[in-house]
This record gives sequence, structure tokens and C-alpha cells, in this order.
Amino acid sequence: MENFNLFIRSIFVDNMIFAYFLGMCSFLAVSKNVKTAFGLGVAVTFMLVITLPLNWLLNHYVLSPGALVWLGPEYADVDLSFLSLILFIAVIASMTQLVEMVVEKFTPSLYNSLGIFLPLIAVNCAILGGSLFMQQRGFQSVMTAVSAGAGWGIGWLLAITAIAAIRERIAQYSQVPAALRGIGITFILTALMGIAFMSFLGIKI
Amino acid sequence: MADNISYKDILFNPFSKDNPVVVQVLGICSVLAVTAKLEPAIVMGLSVIAVLAFSNVIISFMRNTIPNAIRIIVQLVVVAGLVIIVSELLKAYAYNVSLQLSVYISLIITNCILMGRLEAFAMGNRPWPAFLDGVGNGIGYAIILAIVAFFRELFGSGTLFGYQVVPDALYEAGYVNNGLMILPPMALILVACIIWVQRSYNKSLQEK
Repeated sequence: MENFNLFIRSIFVDNMIFAYFLGMCSFLAVSKNVKTAFGLGVAVTFMLVITLPLNWLLNHYVLSPGALVWLGPEYADVDLSFLSLILFIAVIASMTQLVEMVVEKFTPSLYNSLGIFLPLIAVNCAILGGSLFMQQRGFQSVMTAVSAGAGWGIGWLLAITAIAAIRERIAQYSQVPAALRGIGITFILTALMGIAFMSFLGIKI
Repeated sequence: MADNISYKDILFNPFSKDNPVVVQVLGICSVLAVTAKLEPAIVMGLSVIAVLAFSNVIISFMRNTIPNAIRIIVQLVVVAGLVIIVSELLKAYAYNVSLQLSVYISLIITNCILMGRLEAFAMGNRPWPAFLDGVGNGIGYAIILAIVAFFRELFGSGTLFGYQVVPDALYEAGYVNNGLMILPPMALILVACIIWVQRSYNKSLQEK
């Protein structure tokens, strides 16, 4: 039950885009149409669900202070947490490479439309941010990590799909000043949605 | 590609016409995170220039030997190594600033500008143009960071570099700092304003 609450909270209250403003680059650049945006959202969700538990295991059994105690009692005061950034990013990068190969093999059209932003998933701050939040908040079990990862991923997916839908409408029906068309108006839209999402901040689930 | 674009263009295009933030839309997260005050924004800009220039050179030297399948990992390891060097240097020579920036410096690793330029430029060009490209894009990024931080600090806290610039008389007359300026959404709106101004002058960048 607690994990379910965490899942819901990660989608709305702790939304990666609108509460933490993480993962903005691909959010802004790949939200031109709903189909591509949805594809990238699914990829990011998948990555978060995979890497968060992996990094949790890494953190729990290797990195955090005293984690190496399963090797023997003399390792009880070894603290490897200064390595966490490099190890987390290595896990994320290798998983991204894997996802890239799978997408290229099975859905070449999605691969072409995502372009440079597929390898950029590796440096999508939302994913490294997720792992760092996991470490910072001291999640208790693998399931907690999975539910938080799924929540953050789905929150990101909802955000990018919503903004892509709004942008499609704006491109068709609205008379935006020429200089703001495209990316400019998207920045302003994101800012307004971010202010709106601040209303979730006080909610405790 | 390097043969028909002059070195000068590689260095100066990213300042405005091909700016990494407002045209290529890379590195937005850190623009939101570090621009509430001017001083950390400038240090952050300088660190990104250094990391970007040297990682571009290193990757460009290795570009023919990196197997395509593991290139992302190689790139990230190079970047992470350089970021750790920068962070240690800051600790040694500018300790106070490094305390303010501690988290953000390690965030350079996930700054999309680095991966974006490595993928788009350094993997296909010789070291010298790659170095110029890194310096140019780093400066273009630092310019935007400085502009946004200038306005956010001026209107949000009434200070510049930590010194008060809005006179006390104005506060006594009822002027209040704009608290919204400190929040991240305002950085987005400021970047949008920069885009607006820039594209009004530079019509070729307008979409559709």
C-alpha cells in the first residue's frame, strides 16, 4: 500500500518535469507531435523502471557505508559512496545503449524520429536524478525503487504527451508571434504548466 | 563537413546563430537550476566551457577507435573524469564557490550540451575544429546563463553578485522583490523572452 502511495505521489506531486524541472532538454525538443513524444515517454519510463532497482541493488550491496559487510566483518566500515555518481551513470549508459539497439532493430521509424535524443536519454537528468533521489531518500526495498521509478516515468510520459498535444493544437489554430513560434511558446507553456503543478506541492499522500 | 565551414564560423556561430541553449535546445536543466544568482551561474559557465572543450578534443582523438556499440559509455566516462577534475580544482582554488555549486558541478555530467556536441560534432571531426566547437558552444551557453541570472538576481533579490543594487529608498516607497523570479518557471519565461528578441532580429531562425 505504501508503495502504491509512493507511485501516485511520484506521478503528480513529485512530477519530474513540473516539480523538479529535470529532463527538460528532450522534453522541449521531442514534443512536436504526440506520437513521437509518447514513444520517448515510454522509453524514459522503461529506463527508469530498469535502472532504479539496478542502482538500488548497487547502492544497497556495494556503495552505501557498511554495505560490503556481506563480504566479511572486516569490510564493515568501508564507504564507497563517493563512487556512486560514476557507477550510476555507467549503469544508465549501458542500459541506454541496449535500449537504443533494441529500438533500432524493431522500430526503425521511431528510431529515425527520435534521432539524437535517443542516446541523450543517457544524459536525461530525470533518470540520473531518479537514482540520486533514491539514494538520498534511502528507499527501503527494491519494490519501493520500482514503484518510484514507474511513477516518475509515467509522470514524465504524461507531461510530455500533454505538452505535445497542446503544441499540435497551437500549431494549427493559434496565431503565435512569428519569433515565438515553435520552441519559444513551448518554454512559456512549460512555465505556466509548472506554476499550475505547484498546487500539488502541499498534498500529502 | 569541417572542410567547407571556416574555423571562424565554428567558433562564433554558437554565440548567437547556432546557440546551444536557445537554438539547439540543449542544457536547459542547468539553466533552470543555477541561475537564481549571478556568481554561481558564471562559475558554472566557465566550468562547462572547460569540460566541453577538453572532452570534445579527447573524443575527437579517439573517434576512430571507439566501437559504435559502446560509444555512449566511453563518452560519459571521459566527461565524468573531466567533471571530477574541475570539481577538485574548484575545491582547491575557489572553495567558497565550490560549496555553493557542489551539486551542480556534478550535474555537468548530465548536461545535454556535452553529449549533444560529442555526438553531433566531435565524433566526426578532427581535434582542432572540435576544440573550437567546444569553446564556442561553451561560451554561447555561458552567455545565456549570465543574461538569465542577471535578471533573476536583479528582480528576485535586488542584488548583483550578492551586493544590493536596488536602493533602500525604493523599498521604503513600497517596492517588493518579485518572489516568482526565484522559482524555476521564471527562468523558462526569461529564456522564452531571449528567444523572442533573438528571433525578431534573426528572421532565418523563425519556425514555419
